[in-house]
Amino acid sequence: MTLIEKYPQEVKQILARYPQDQKRSAVMPLLYLAQRENGFVHRRDMKDIGAMLDITETDVASLVGFYSLYHDEPAGRLRIQVCTDLSCALRGADDFLAALCESLGVEPGGTTPDGLVTVEPVMCLAACDKAPLFQVQTGAGLEYHERMTIEKTLEWIESRKEAAS
Amino acid sequence: MNFSRSMVLVSSDPESVRRGADEIYALFEKEIAARDMEGEISISRLTDTGRPDAAPIVVIYPEAVVYGPVNAENVKEIVEEHLYKGRVAEHLLAPTRELSGRIGWLKTRKGTLPAEKRIVLRRAGRIDPENIEEYIAEDGYQALAKALTGMKATEVIDVLKESGLQGRGGAGFPTGLKWSFVAGTQSEKKYVVCNADESEPGTFKDRVILEGDPLAIIEAMTIAGYAVGADEGFVYVRGEYKLAQNRLENAVKQAREYGLLGKNIMDTAFSFDIHIHSGAGAYICGEETALLESIEGKRGEPRSRPPYPTTEGLWGKPTLVNNVETLANVPPILLNGGQWYRQFGTPSSPGTKVYTILGNVNFTGLIEVPMGITLREVVNIYGQGMKDGATFKLAQTGGSSGSVIPASLQDTPMDFESFRKAGVSLGSGALLICDENTCVVDLALVLQKFFKFESCGKCTPCRVGTGRIHEILTGIVEGRGTLKDMENLDYLVDSLTRISNCGLGQTASVPINDVLKYFRPELEAHIKLGVCPCGVCPMSAPVKEPAAVA
Ligand SMILES: Cc1cc2nc3c(=O)[nH]c(=O)nc-3n(C[C@H](O)[C@H](O)[C@H](O)COP(=O)(O)O)c2cc1C
Ligand code: SF4
Ligand code: FES
Repeated sequence: MTLIEKYPQEVKQILARYPQDQKRSAVMPLLYLAQRENGFVHRRDMKDIGAMLDITETDVASLVGFYSLYHDEPAGRLRIQVCTDLSCALRGADDFLAALCESLGVEPGGTTPDGLVTVEPVMCLAACDKAPLFQVQTGAGLEYHERMTIEKTLEWIESRKEAAS
Repeated sequence: MNFSRSMVLVSSDPESVRRGADEIYALFEKEIAARDMEGEISISRLTDTGRPDAAPIVVIYPEAVVYGPVNAENVKEIVEEHLYKGRVAEHLLAPTRELSGRIGWLKTRKGTLPAEKRIVLRRAGRIDPENIEEYIAEDGYQALAKALTGMKATEVIDVLKESGLQGRGGAGFPTGLKWSFVAGTQSEKKYVVCNADESEPGTFKDRVILEGDPLAIIEAMTIAGYAVGADEGFVYVRGEYKLAQNRLENAVKQAREYGLLGKNIMDTAFSFDIHIHSGAGAYICGEETALLESIEGKRGEPRSRPPYPTTEGLWGKPTLVNNVETLANVPPILLNGGQWYRQFGTPSSPGTKVYTILGNVNFTGLIEVPMGITLREVVNIYGQGMKDGATFKLAQTGGSSGSVIPASLQDTPMDFESFRKAGVSLGSGALLICDENTCVVDLALVLQKFFKFESCGKCTPCRVGTGRIHEILTGIVEGRGTLKDMENLDYLVDSLTRISNCGLGQTASVPINDVLKYFRPELEAHIKLGVCPCGVCPMSAPVKEPAAVA
């Protein structure tokens, strides 16, 4: 199903926001839309968006590569993004990340074999006084988990596993 | 809004919502109604209080009593005891040890931060950010009304010039002057863009404004549209700021419903509308020309300038780009006058500044204070002293691109001019306070990691330089540093500053430059002696062996 078939209303609204002769401006919101359901943008959708906006599929793919909030492949169902930026690093975020990766048996940026959890380091999440912290992208939006410990994090992952099964 | 005897505020940050704040809000409504007290007690939402340990929080005024964490069962008791019988429910009070708070206002009420002056944040945390009526009741939209019904566009700009307001996005450019450039450019079509891409590490002041008082930005942009002759605006919000985006969308929707956006605003000839555009995780898009590229659907790579956005901006049209905090200052200035604004701050930098205080101090969070207070005051008054009685070593301002301020500059007034004279920068409003146990080389390495990651790669000195500096610092931290490294650093810093295409590359050298300038001996100790004086860096040199016990 193409994007416009799936979300006719939203596509129309997005296109209306930008000048008629500047269609490509709609590309970012359309990518968000394409990513909404599965957390990544499918090739098919990139092609579809390109066709809608009169730009090439390569163009669209290059944007997906440039902006770090777009993904072109599926990640674990829980994408745990740990801030390891300045303020957090000084509060032990690097150790937190390393310990979390070790407990889960993944490399930073990797996904657990069961496909449930991806752990990745990210830049400042603007909650710097609450390190260590991570954010998780869920269907309902972004969730912040602040002042975390490894125990609390693992417990939370378990609870999500139960909820999912 | 009625005049009420008491006011109940329920926190509504994401953490509180996750822990059932919405249900608690509804229960308060129900319990208050059950006692027929609706007329006397108002209830609204509070933005993030910075107390996740006690979320959801309930604050009751006029007593300024803070309850938390509150659960559904407690509501009845609070209503019964506090609101009905007038007795504080002691055992439900939020624990007092924790002082951290994004909204320092909770404490301000108790008189502990006497010099705080709230202009930009005066509504944040006090009104329901999702309700336009509360915004209007707290003098919202009066500034726009004043402009549209009694002032010429040029008069609006004159008031801003008189106020001396300077951009809060980092560069401190005079706002009135920028507006007059856009106003003075002839064009059928112009745009107003709000830069809400805030991504400097350690900075979250814009987020608090957007989440706590979104309509202030919508109103200010509308005023800007009137003043410069634009009929359309975009807010470019950082991709990660979902709550801010939702609140802005809601604010725009309500403003449209109330005829405060759209055609013929307040029955005048002026029309203006606003769209929200979400970024997608690229720090460089905070740079204004990269931001415009991004709205145009391209990779966010900075343009070469001139032309400046004021003449050729979004889709080639004259465009006004202002930071969130800058815009938030506009309505109060218009309402009270330029001279009023000049009472605060210093003669060269009037007004207030919002800072995020972080690091090794007892109080971390957000403050809004007059321009020109000193770091010593920030640490001792607002930060309530260094943690564990440690000694102040340095402060890192303005996120990554800010300066490293050594203790010798502790008494320099923090305003654009004094800092410029001292050779440092105020940056975006982050103050990371570090104590004696912080290693400057380690600090520089973390900063450099950021720049290496965020360099857009368009020009060579920045792409290569940020990577090289990172590599050299990594070597030094691991005990592989050589004296040649020092020379190379000096050279790289120089080329970055001089030949990078945009502010990112130009400022990427600032922290390391400051370290070379103020903390050279410490850097040299790593290289020549093979030790990290603070014991932070891993240094594989043998001297470290005995200390390696965990
Ligand atoms: C690398 C880089 C990042 C920037 N990031 C931001 C930002 O996140 N928010 C912002 O308002 N300004 C940022 N700026 C400054 C903008 O380019 C621009 O000067 C500012 O939005 C102008 O608004 P003002 O006059 O109200 O300060 C950044 C500049 C550079 C060079
Ligand atoms: S200085 Fe860096 S961020 Fe700026 S254009 Fe060059 S490569 Fe990109
Ligand atoms: S540095 Fe980690 S959230 Fe800001």
